[in-house]
This record gives sequence, structure tokens and C-alpha cells, in this order.
Amino acid sequence: MKLLPVLLPWILLVLAVAMALAGWRLLRGPTLPDRILALDALYIDALALLVVLGLYSSSGVHFELMLLIGLLGFIGTVALGKMLMRGDLVE
Amino acid sequence: MNALHLPLWAEGLVAALLIIGAAFVLIGSWALVKFSHFFNRLHGPSKASTLGVGCVLLAAALVSFWQGQASGRELLILLFLFITAPVSAHVLVKAALRLRPDERPQPPGPESNR
Repeated sequence: MKLLPVLLPWILLVLAVAMALAGWRLLRGPTLPDRILALDALYIDALALLVVLGLYSSSGVHFELMLLIGLLGFIGTVALGKMLMRGDLVE
Repeated sequence: MNALHLPLWAEGLVAALLIIGAAFVLIGSWALVKFSHFFNRLHGPSKASTLGVGCVLLAAALVSFWQGQASGRELLILLFLFITAPVSAHVLVKAALRLRPDERPQPPGPESNR
């Protein structure tokens, strides 16, 4: 049965459309927390895209890249949020 | 393509998880575009997209389990995402309330239930 090789490009397309929608909100704004939220959605969507790409290609799932994107995305979101809250990162 | 040697029902289960996960990720990003205020828009990525990524990671974990390479790394990344998503949403809410304190909704009083 060859179900997954037919399905996986469509899953990639849906995830790319989701990333494009988040990118629209990133460019549109209108406030700064909206843009940070769009960046948050973008890294989560990129994580899902990387997982599906790892299933699709023959090189396997890239755990190191997934862990790096997850960690850096979370730290970046929290750092930007703290920056908006305090006006400064290190007090 | 390294997911070729699955039995049919396993492939169907993985395909269903992938479809559900991609649908949730798309709905979360659509909510980010569609809703009108920041506090409405926050619901999309912080809940729906996180659940969608969880479904996709679960599908990847099932594939590696049936290939005999079960290591639990996907489940660890899933756990990390499910822990960090509420924290980042909370930080964003606090930042938005700090920037615009006048947009804070009224707390529910005793007469708001009627």
C-alpha cells in the first residue's frame, strides 16, 4: 500500500499555507505582540514541516534540528515578550 | 521514502494523525489571520497549532516505532512543546496588557452571569 507517499506532499502543502498565513500576520501587525505571536506560530509550523519532511525524505527525522528550533523559538518568544514588558532584557 | 514497510492499518493510523495534525495547524494559523483582536488571535497558535504539532510528532513516533527504531525522542520534543506553549502565551498576554492596559477585559462580576 502506497498511501503515505501520496499523502505527504499534500500535508507539506497545507503546512506551507499555514506558514504563509502566519507570515501575513507577521507583516500586517498591527501591534508588536501580534508580530511576536506570528513568529511563535511560524516556529511551531516550521517544526511540523520539518517532521513531515523527515518522514518524506529518506534521511530520517532530524531530531537535532527539531530540538534546536523548539528551544530557540521558545527562548526567542519569551525574550521578546520580556523585552516588551520591561523595555530591557537584562536588568 | 522511509515509511514504506508499514502494515496497512499502521499506515492508515499514521495518515489519519498527519491529516488531523495538519488540519489543526492550518486552523490555528487561519485564526491568526481571521480574528479581530490580539487576545482573540492568541487562542489560535497557542492551542490549535500546538495540538496539531503534537499529532504530527505522534505520527512520526509511530513510524519510527514500527521501523524498530523507537527512541522516544519525538515524544520528548512533544512534551517540551506542550510545556513551553502555555508559558510563551502567558508572556505574550502580559506584554500586551503592559502595552495597552485599557484593553483589559472587565472581570466577571456577580451580575454578569444573568
